[in-house]
Amino acid sequence: MQLGRVIGRVWASAKNPGLETRRLLVVQPIRPDLTPTGKPLICTDCTGAGAGEIIYWVRGREASFPFLPDEVASDATIVGIVDEIHLGKKQEPAC
Amino acid sequence: MTLGRVVGTVVATRKDPRLEGHKLLLVKPVTPDGKEESGYLVAVDTVSAGFRELVITVSGSSARMAEGCKDKPVDCVIVGIVDGVSLDEAG
Amino acid sequence: MLIARVVGDLTATQKHPSHEGRKILLVQPLNLDGTDRGAPLVALDSVNAGIHDRVLVTTDGYAAFTAVGHKLAPIDAAVIGIIDHVELAGPASGEAAAPAAAPAAGKKQPKKRQPQNG
Repeated sequence: MQLGRVIGRVWASAKNPGLETRRLLVVQPIRPDLTPTGKPLICTDCTGAGAGEIIYWVRGREASFPFLPDEVASDATIVGIVDEIHLGKKQEPAC
Repeated sequence: MTLGRVVGTVVATRKDPRLEGHKLLLVKPVTPDGKEESGYLVAVDTVSAGFRELVITVSGSSARMAEGCKDKPVDCVIVGIVDGVSLDEAG
Repeated sequence: MLIARVVGDLTATQKHPSHEGRKILLVQPLNLDGTDRGAPLVALDSVNAGIHDRVLVTTDGYAAFTAVGHKLAPIDAAVIGIIDHVELAGPASGEAAAPAAAPAAGKKQPKKRQPQNG
C-alpha cells in the first residue's frame, strides 16, 4: 500500500457498469513526511475519505477486492484513512 | 486509474479472437489539472468514448474485472468518460 | 520480495475490515548497500516487526494477503520476515544477478514461510 492525500474528485456519468455508484477521488501519493512523490492518480474508495485527508491506498488487482462480489474494474482503491503517523528517529545505515 | 484523452483509434484486422468486436483507442495520459503527459496507451473501450474526450483508464489485471472484458487478453480499459474534475486548492 | 527497514507505523480507525488487528507499518525499501530505494510503502505486519527492524516485504498481492491470513483482501504489501543477516557473494564483477540472488540464501528467518503455501 502507499500513503496519499485526497486532492480532488472526478465526476463521470458514462461508466463501466461495475463502477456506477462508486466515488472516484484524485489522490496524490505522499511520503511519510507528507511531501508529494510521484504522479496523482484516480482511486475508488471503500472508506468514505474526503478532500484533504491522508489515506493509504492499495494498487493492482487487490484494489477490486473490497467490492466483491461486485466486479469493479479498479486498479487503485483507498482502503484506510490515516489518523496518525509515528516515525522513528533516523538511524545511521548499519550495513 | 489514470486520466487520459482519446487521441485516436487503432484498427487491427488480425487479432486475438477474444478481442473481436472491441474498439481499441489510443489514449494520451493527462494529469488531473489537464496537462498532457508523454507516452500513450492502447485501451479497450467499454463506454463508447469519442475523439478528444477525457476518460478514465484502468490498467493491469484489474482491467479484466471490467464488464465485457472478462477472461480476455486485455490490460488497459477505458471505464468512464469524465464530466468534471475538481481539485482541492490547498492540496 | 524486498529488503526494507521499518521507519514508522500508522493508525487508522476507518479502514478495510481485513486490516483490523494488524500493525500497519511504514517500510522504506533498501538497496543492497543499505541506502533508501524509492518512497516508503505501507505494509501490514505478519511477524510482529518493530521500528528500525530490517524486514522482508512482499509486494505481491497473493503473497501479502495470505501472509496476514485473509483471502481476497485488499492488501498488496506485507512484512513477512525479520532479517537477521544478509550475506553477499564476493566481488563478482560484471555479474549483476549474483548480488541480487545472494541475500535470499543468507537469510535465516523461520517465520517468513507462511505465504508460500497457498
